[in-house]
Amino acid sequence: MALKTYIEAIRDALIEEMDRAPNMLVLGEDIQEGGVFRATDGMLERFGPQRVLDTPLAESSIVGVSIGMATNGCLPVAELQFADFAYPAFNQLISEAARWRYRSYNGWGCPMVVRIPYGAGIRGAMYHSQSIEAMLAHVPGLKVVMPSTPYDAKGMLKAAIRDPDPVIYLEHKRAYRMLKEELPDGDYTVPIGPARLRREGDDITVISYGLMAHECLQAAEELAAEGIDATVLDLRTLAPLDRDAIVAAARRTGKALIVHEDNLTGGFGGEIAAIIAEHAFDDLDAPVRRLATPDVPAMPFNGALEDFLLPSREKIADAMRDLAAY
Amino acid sequence: MARMTETPPAARPPSQPDRRSLLRTMLLIRRFEEKAAEMYAKGKIHGFLHLYIGQEAVATGAVAAARPDDYIVSHYREHGHALARGLDPGAVMAELFGRSGGVSGGRGGAMHLFDASKSFMGGYAIVAGHMPLACGLGLAEQYKGTQRIALNFIGDGAVNEGEFHESLNLAAVWKLPVLFICENNFYGMGTDVRRVSAVIEVYKRAEAYGIHAEQVDGMDVEAMYEATHRLAERVRRGEGPVFLEAICYRFRGHSMSDPEFYRHKDEVQRWRVLDPIEQLRARMFDAGELDDARFAELQHEADAIAGEAVRFADASPPPEISTLHDFVYKERSDA
Ligand SMILES: Cc1ncc(C[n+]2csc(CCOP(=O)(O)OP(=O)(O)O)c2C)c(N)n1
Ligand SMILES: [Mg+2]
Repeated sequence: MALKTYIEAIRDALIEEMDRAPNMLVLGEDIQEGGVFRATDGMLERFGPQRVLDTPLAESSIVGVSIGMATNGCLPVAELQFADFAYPAFNQLISEAARWRYRSYNGWGCPMVVRIPYGAGIRGAMYHSQSIEAMLAHVPGLKVVMPSTPYDAKGMLKAAIRDPDPVIYLEHKRAYRMLKEELPDGDYTVPIGPARLRREGDDITVISYGLMAHECLQAAEELAAEGIDATVLDLRTLAPLDRDAIVAAARRTGKALIVHEDNLTGGFGGEIAAIIAEHAFDDLDAPVRRLATPDVPAMPFNGALEDFLLPSREKIADAMRDLAAY
Repeated sequence: MARMTETPPAARPPSQPDRRSLLRTMLLIRRFEEKAAEMYAKGKIHGFLHLYIGQEAVATGAVAAARPDDYIVSHYREHGHALARGLDPGAVMAELFGRSGGVSGGRGGAMHLFDASKSFMGGYAIVAGHMPLACGLGLAEQYKGTQRIALNFIGDGAVNEGEFHESLNLAAVWKLPVLFICENNFYGMGTDVRRVSAVIEVYKRAEAYGIHAEQVDGMDVEAMYEATHRLAERVRRGEGPVFLEAICYRFRGHSMSDPEFYRHKDEVQRWRVLDPIEQLRARMFDAGELDDARFAELQHEADAIAGEAVRFADASPPPEISTLHDFVYKERSDA
């Protein structure tokens, strides 16, 4: 066992998989230098410039060439610097990667991973703060994962790299150095797909993913002291989605709160709420609630405004109390 | 087109630059940036901060040589362009602080400065994403039949994005009144251009689109002024876009958290010798236009403005939470 931060868990997964699979390579802007968040620190020295590629500043090409390589016997793991810069690559992700296997009638595979740091809370303002999971999870053919712990970060990245299809791996930049955990030495994977019950309680159910799942768990621990016992479901994977786990968790307490950092309208919470409405309606004791960032077109730079917008442990706890009292 | 009312053409800048004024602007940018760095260290400025120190001549010379109503559409390292265009230093600093007195009320922050009243159409932190916007501003002026042009600043990092190529082609084929100015400082973050660009002389790429392109010493503010003045008038005559590659260097790291492992200290030192402020100062000394006392006075003046900007920013209240949902759409009462 060793204490690892979230970003170390990511780096370890990359390095161990590179050791394991000679056809794997990593590519992205500035990654030979370690990358903006230093996820690939030391990898150039270890694996050389043929397997650690500094690309031109061209996101569409980063993803496009990854698709080409993936189809041709390689295992590319691309890094886009910020979710906000993924849009130039959306054309390749949506028009090509997502359809690759389907359009070729299983003739082509696209075993590619695209790592994308997302999320706010670092005073990054309008171009360095976004959450983009709902747009990507909307597209059939892409897998979308959002691990919430260092353990899952490592295990799911490994699973993503070994997955035969394109996986979008979304990592919250605020989690990188904030989350730490004792991790087992050596190889393990965490499967893509299954959600995980982080906590079991009979009063209310909270459903979340990514860094917000961590915040929800913290809030739930706080509330336990007040006598409110919550179930916390961490989805971990948005596509393919563990619908059964959602339904079971909602049924268990009859009161469901969904939390995400992405903005409310058209957010992934709407999908979760619909699943609960369709399959757990008879067991509900309260309307499904959603806590998300309010709909504004850009994250304001000012810190107080940003904090006001973002869901936080306190806001989650308040929403949980409110729902428990319903 | 005829029904559009023509605004009278803005004052034409003189063909010879006012050296003292160029020096003033460069000193102000330098001092402002140093203050910003201090404020970042003090925790007054949060998030990302990218300093323009070293490249002052590019924005100073180019913006001075443009007409005051020509559009400025800049990249994210844009404090210098904003100050050169005459945005209020206090309002710029307040924006860096995220305060209500900032140019966008504390909403935008350092990379997203903006002042429509000064035709300063913004800093943009999606690299190359602003190039089609500059083309659009130009297209509208062409349609209206005015003399106004757009100056579009980009970094060398932008030249490999699709929008760079789309914009150059579009501007060329439609003969748009856009002057592209590429600040080639040889690095995009920690990446040396030679490792990511097949053709590192950026101006040649523009030539490939049939655009008149030149290279200029971006550490020499007078050369910047001369080139921009001449090329802007050419663009204004309706002869199509022009591309100017300014060779320059940033003295500081990419941002405030850059260990700068990617370049040698000697390299930085070689460029520091070419400090644009020092070059102009020496030239003015030699010509007898400046002495130590006058230079010290100008420095003091810049220092006072930057200091006042900090005081203004610090005294400016944060934006009200109640403003969060303002201007998502045009308010009905705006009419
Ligand atoms: C589309 C996009 N991709 C990536 C980034 C992250 N990024 C910010 S600045 C930068 C380098 C830009 O280099 P250059 O254009 O040369 O400007 P300089 O920093 O030298 O002023 C990168 C990669 C971004 N802002 N936008
Ligand atoms: Mg550069």
